Amino acid sequence: MSPAQHVENFLQFLTAGLLTGAIYGLMCVGLSIIFGVMRVINFAQGEFMMIGMYVAFYFFAFTGPYIVLGDFIAPYLAALVAGPAVFLLGVLLHKALVSRVTGIGSTVLDSEGHYAQLILTLGLSLVLANGGLVVFGSAPVSIATPLSSTPWVVGPLYGEEILLFVNQGQTIAAVIAVAVVVAFGLLMARSRLGRALRAAADNPQAAVYMGIDVDRAYRIAFGFGVGITAIGGGLLASSHPFQPYIGIEFVIVMYAGVVLGGLGSLSGAFFGGLTIGLVQQLSALFLPNQLQNTAIFVCFLLIILIRPDGLFGRATRRA
Amino acid sequence: MFERHRDRHGLWILVFAAAYGLLAAFVENSYYQLVMAVVLVWAVMGLAWNLLSGYSGLISFGHAAFFGLGAYFVVLAQIGWGLSPWLGIPLAGVLGGLAGLIVGVPTFRLRGHYFALAMLAYPLALLYVFEWLGYQEATVPMMREAPAAYMQFADGRLYVFLGLAFTVAAMVLTRALERSRYGLSLLAIKQDETAAEAAGVDTLAWKLRAIMLSGAVAGAIGGFYAVVQLVVTPLSVFGVLVSAQALVIAMFGGVGTVWGPVIGALTLVPLSAFLDAELAAILPGVQGVVYGVAIIAVVILAPEGVFWKAKDLLERRRMRVPAESLAAAPESPPHAFKVPPREGNAPILQVRGLSKSFGGLQAVDNVDLDVRRGEILGIIGPNGAGKTTLFNLLNGFIAADAGQIVLNGETVTRKSPNKICRRGIGRTFQVVKPFRRMSIGDNVIVGAYAHTQSDDDARAIAHAAVAAVGLSEDAGRLAGGISNKQLRLMELARALASKPELLLLDEIFAGLSGTEVDELMVVIRRLAGLGITIVIIEHTMRAMVQLVERFVVLDHGAVLAAGTPQEITRHPAVIEAYLGKKWLADA
Repeated sequence: MSPAQHVENFLQFLTAGLLTGAIYGLMCVGLSIIFGVMRVINFAQGEFMMIGMYVAFYFFAFTGPYIVLGDFIAPYLAALVAGPAVFLLGVLLHKALVSRVTGIGSTVLDSEGHYAQLILTLGLSLVLANGGLVVFGSAPVSIATPLSSTPWVVGPLYGEEILLFVNQGQTIAAVIAVAVVVAFGLLMARSRLGRALRAAADNPQAAVYMGIDVDRAYRIAFGFGVGITAIGGGLLASSHPFQPYIGIEFVIVMYAGVVLGGLGSLSGAFFGGLTIGLVQQLSALFLPNQLQNTAIFVCFLLIILIRPDGLFGRATRRA
Repeated sequence: MFERHRDRHGLWILVFAAAYGLLAAFVENSYYQLVMAVVLVWAVMGLAWNLLSGYSGLISFGHAAFFGLGAYFVVLAQIGWGLSPWLGIPLAGVLGGLAGLIVGVPTFRLRGHYFALAMLAYPLALLYVFEWLGYQEATVPMMREAPAAYMQFADGRLYVFLGLAFTVAAMVLTRALERSRYGLSLLAIKQDETAAEAAGVDTLAWKLRAIMLSGAVAGAIGGFYAVVQLVVTPLSVFGVLVSAQALVIAMFGGVGTVWGPVIGALTLVPLSAFLDAELAAILPGVQGVVYGVAIIAVVILAPEGVFWKAKDLLERRRMRVPAESLAAAPESPPHAFKVPPREGNAPILQVRGLSKSFGGLQAVDNVDLDVRRGEILGIIGPNGAGKTTLFNLLNGFIAADAGQIVLNGETVTRKSPNKICRRGIGRTFQVVKPFRRMSIGDNVIVGAYAHTQSDDDARAIAHAAVAAVGLSEDAGRLAGGISNKQLRLMELARALASKPELLLLDEIFAGLSGTEVDELMVVIRRLAGLGITIVIIEHTMRAMVQLVERFVVLDHGAVLAAGTPQEITRHPAVIEAYLGKKWLADA
């Protein structure tokens, strides 16, 4: 390959990395809300993403034909619809199950409380993934929009040698992802609800004394967290074929991103997810396809071993 | 409390093995034979998981890594080198143990959430690597010449018997370790890693031993699984479901006991096999749903697992600890704690230029301190003066930014807490750190491990330490349910059991009534009488004036004054600035 081709390759994967990374960033923000507010590690986050993908898929299948420019607009509308739908599911599951091992009672956690949460959400993840297999079947599906196979062509650049193809579907998805992150950031920063959530996250005991219903705050945070990740799933569904077991791959992707950004930080989570997207795509430059995910896992292990507080997190004092 | 328990579990293990073997002998159907063998595979896998996570409390989501490596090793070694599984399975165990070491060294730097998440990544990374290497499906080659030499039997019952041998071995191993130094040290880590470290438990070494042992058992049984199943795929041995199943089986049955994983496997594996056989064609994935529901139900209804739940119901009293007599146990006489005199008058502890800052806060600032052999030294100062930080530096919980700590002429500045404990510094905590789910006696035994390699000696020393603080009557009670005074005494006994030359007592009188303080002071004087040097932190002088021979006053991390109680109580700057005006009137 000529040097120009190398540069072209690099730019191509860089673009792909930024576009997928934006969606990963959105999903990471969802996971980070749950950890940030509730201090719960939600293992089933990938399965909520998967459900978001199927909600979007069925919404698109049933309503797409009736919407003006359905093939172009409906996939993104479907992704946004997945958010509230999974929000509701999350709130229900939190009320029925998760709240029994979390909540204000377990804020003074001994280690056993942590494990109860981890294990409960692991159970949820198994039920949702395998239940998904029962309900949705195992054949991979995806949302077909003409945009996902249409690129914008950038260039030719640099003396006619470099041509960059930017996938239109992915670009729109990435823009929506960033918009959702910004909107949620504003909600947390400005609104009454956002303040209540932040107060509950900061000091649950004090928040209770100030009249904040912390259990409700946790429930809403859980709903938001899984709902936002579901939107990310819905956005990914038009460029990435999926089946009910897809969650487990992505739970690692999401944790890698969240840990990279520092557990609990929303903006950190977004940039962490973005970085993971870049690592995944750029690893294709020198690794075979099957090892792309291994690259993420290795990257994930390195991050938590070297900087458990995240690249952007501050070092915490021990003992 | 301190004698060796007579173990009836051995008998029960034999009864279980005989019953299971007898049942297997009458099963003709080869599918049922397979299920019976697989039940035992998972029982052993659950036991392997329990060996690490059940006792240490460090939840592993990644035991599939060891299982899968063992399985692939046995199959590939037979394909490549013609190695018989009779040799391959033990080697798979060695491989699993090595993998445990390699995984453990970096991963044990993490705690809680991070540890669990990191463990998840190992098998998943391996899964993709094995797929990429082209081992999508590895099949055990059939050896028609000498099948038995390659662990290939026409009669499926033989696999059940082999599996049973594995299970019994794993159970006996677990049981033997449970009541030993291994079990108690890991239980101590599970309940309070900081306190365990201060009591002289080398926490990293124990965790590494645990993960190696656990990995070895998982690797060996993974190899046996490959032999039973004949075909190995990355998903079937490295998949998340493998790790989850090990965890679920142990948690369902009950962790921290030899019976939990066995009960879990006996219940869940046949259930899922049945569901798989009956419903998989119509409802694929139903097996995973059942496992998920089982996990959720266990966490919500019986988080301690079936075994403990049943035991509680049978005994009608939760967390009952049998009240055993102390008289039966051998006891080291109190002078066992006597500190042998040393030549010369050198201070036992010399601190020079010790400094530590947290961010912008200078917590300990260039402190020089000599502790004389055999004295009772009081360190006082207002809240935030850096007293506890000084102790944390002295016993190695935090590393100093600058300065030197010399104990008996040996520099201990950057040693880990357990090593410092073994060199003769014991400590107690401002907020008591008991191992709550263990009896007072077991708490103290953990402390005694620091001093002796023999478990029997540890019992005898612990017995004497408990007697020395006057807790003999209560030695069998759980540390989670005793009074503040008893907790303070228990921590003192635990520190004493490591046979320290120097004891650091951090606000040991906090929260005690006047008479309780007097009782505790009697005990402390008795220890001082044995030649143990004692350093006490307090922020008030009241109790201390009667006890200590010398005071050091700290403020803003620096030494402000040092001297006898009389000198310090009359030191105007000390009185006015750090003890408040009312002391001026008292003095």
